[in-house]
Amino acid sequence: MKNKLLLISLTSIFIIIFVIFYKGLQDTNIYTPESKMNNKIPLFTANLFYSGEVINSSELFISNRFYLLNIWSSWCVPCRQEHSFLMDFSDNEKVTVIGINYKDTKSNAKSFLDELGNPYEEIIFDESGINAIEWGAYGVPESFLIHNGVVIRKYIGPLNEKLVKEIESSIK
Amino acid sequence: MKILRLSFIIFFIFSFNYLKASNEDMKSKITKNLRCLICQGQSVYDSDSEFANSLKVLVDKKLEEGFSENEIYVYFKDKYGEWILYDPGLNKNTYILWLLPILIFLIGGAIVIKSFIFKK
Repeated sequence: MKNKLLLISLTSIFIIIFVIFYKGLQDTNIYTPESKMNNKIPLFTANLFYSGEVINSSELFISNRFYLLNIWSSWCVPCRQEHSFLMDFSDNEKVTVIGINYKDTKSNAKSFLDELGNPYEEIIFDESGINAIEWGAYGVPESFLIHNGVVIRKYIGPLNEKLVKEIESSIK
Repeated sequence: MKILRLSFIIFFIFSFNYLKASNEDMKSKITKNLRCLICQGQSVYDSDSEFANSLKVLVDKKLEEGFSENEIYVYFKDKYGEWILYDPGLNKNTYILWLLPILIFLIGGAIVIKSFIFKK
């Protein structure tokens, strides 16, 4: 009886451990931060790219319009891929595109915009990368759709046709 | 005389606990407990990625602003979730992590008590 109980307990412990490890093997180990929705935009001060003026983040998102905040850099290859989509959005009257230039040099960023066009109404110059962290970003490119001072969508990685359609349907 | 010397040594050793760690030490401590999300498996302290370097600058800034260690953890947890902390708190996702060692200890203890004490 005692041996039987021991055998049952050992077998069940073995099965539990096996299931945990088997499940662990199947899960991807790359963690992507949860896209927390309906978060209020962070409050911070930042330097503007062209004027160098110090501005409060709340001054940039004043009206109840839609804003597309895009974190980009001239050294980021996927940023080049998504740039044409941002240029299209700059023609859209329903949305204002704001940029955060992440850990870049001004001369490189200017050449990037001269070459591909400037879709941004305003650009924050984030030399140390802390403004991007304030937004909960962890790389470039990343985009945030903002409405009424609240982040309603977050896109990690470059924008593509599918995501552009999703944004367009959100701002209708 | 010996007792006096001994108590002086003990007092000297214990007084180290009251020395306030400088911001640099605190920064190292905090960044060692934050996970780098780009090079996962490394702490922010060990990593030299763009993300980790920005995070180090922000930790420095927050310490200068007078944030406590705990407030900084809460700040980053709010932005990136519990996963960014190497020392997560007790919640519905981590309760197994916290309770399993206690459970194993209790079961093990019960087996030891049963086999060695009650047998006698």
